[in-house]
Amino acid sequence: MGLAKRIIPCLDVNAGRVVKGVRFVDLRDAGDPVAIAREYDRAGADELVFLDITASHEQRDTMLHVVEAVASEVFIPLTVGGGIRTLADIRRLLNAGADKIAINTAAVEHPQLVTEAATRVGSQCIVVAVDAKRVSEAIAPPRWSVYTHGGRRPTELDAVAWSRRMAEDGAGEILLTSMDRDGTKLGFDLELTRAVSEGAGVPVIASGGAGNLAHLIDGVRLGLADAVLAASIFHFGEFTIQQAKAVMAEHSIEVRR
Amino acid sequence: MTGIAVIDYGMGNLRSMAKALEYVGARNVVVTADAETVARAERVVFPGQGAVRDCMSALQRSELIDVLGQTAAKRPFLGVCMGMQALMSVSEENEGVRALDLLPGSVRHFRHLSTAHQKLKIPHMGWNSLCWVREHPLWKGIEAGAWFYFVHSYYVAPADEHLVLAQAEYGATFAAAIGKDNIFATQFHPEKSQQAGLRLLENFIRWDG
Repeated sequence: MGLAKRIIPCLDVNAGRVVKGVRFVDLRDAGDPVAIAREYDRAGADELVFLDITASHEQRDTMLHVVEAVASEVFIPLTVGGGIRTLADIRRLLNAGADKIAINTAAVEHPQLVTEAATRVGSQCIVVAVDAKRVSEAIAPPRWSVYTHGGRRPTELDAVAWSRRMAEDGAGEILLTSMDRDGTKLGFDLELTRAVSEGAGVPVIASGGAGNLAHLIDGVRLGLADAVLAASIFHFGEFTIQQAKAVMAEHSIEVRR
Repeated sequence: MTGIAVIDYGMGNLRSMAKALEYVGARNVVVTADAETVARAERVVFPGQGAVRDCMSALQRSELIDVLGQTAAKRPFLGVCMGMQALMSVSEENEGVRALDLLPGSVRHFRHLSTAHQKLKIPHMGWNSLCWVREHPLWKGIEAGAWFYFVHSYYVAPADEHLVLAQAEYGATFAAAIGKDNIFATQFHPEKSQQAGLRLLENFIRWDG
């Protein structure tokens, strides 16, 4: 026995409602974050990630209420990301009941935020989200650049080096999304995942591209991910968390069951 | 009268602990940094995350050090994560920090368990299963091998192996729970460990220490 590989459903939240919908048999309201979190908890999810995609700043406080409501009923780790810019934002979410805060654009714009936050609230609360896109030619050695602003803005940063630096600066975990694979259902970018996982020294969550259960296994065994994040394959009831764990266990991957 | 005082020294997520205690039926749960409130509480929960040095200086600022020693000597007392590590004599972080010294032993970094052959990711983050070492009333209703959620870079090495109540495996075997008399302390987070964790908290609020 030992540390289990984690399966983490990710929920996009807009103005307090889960968007894109989640289809569970017993769920009446496909947009209610608390009901969805409760169902995933019951289904055996190891953690939950809530990504706030609310565009307007005024509505951002609704995320605090979502976190409060979920944390009062669901006792597994909750990570919250999206639009977090300051230490005050981080503290507010932690006080509302979040366990980890994922920082993306703000980490690129103000890397000292990661160090400062890790010093104040502890590395275990700070996740740096890295959105990476392959920029190398097909035959060249692979390279990936970091993108910010929800994948809209390229930077000069190399995703592998950046992940390592963020871990050194205090990030306790890297949430790594392949922009090339996100939404494709073609599987994780395994080369990217492996390069970051081997370099960073902290746990890495693979994200972007999971389309079937074999992809989850590949993410762990070939990508060396410590956790796999998935949205659509679970949300729309294609597979259950328990099915995923059963298949992973068959492939000798330690999972919590 | 305060039923359960959850010690607040400004680090980590204390709301979850209070909510989890309430969820399993605890009454009068107060999250507090007030020494008098802590002194009057029937039970004390000492949670927390982060670094021992920050924890100790925050406890000093809030004048909580003496009251923690007093309550740990006579009330049901639950230390969690940093609240477990801070009970020990000394931590090696920041080149050595004196801790509360309520239990003999030290706090060590996981890098000592990381080798070229087996490179450990640090922090140790996620669900790990427990191996019981000793019977305890707080294990009641929890299966052997139950999974609990951990997140930490340091681990406790008790000077007295009889303190160890449960172990987990990461690089090597380490103390996942320790206890003595009315003190029970876990490296894992029961408030984040779903059913098994809630059961442990329920056992705690019924435990006489």
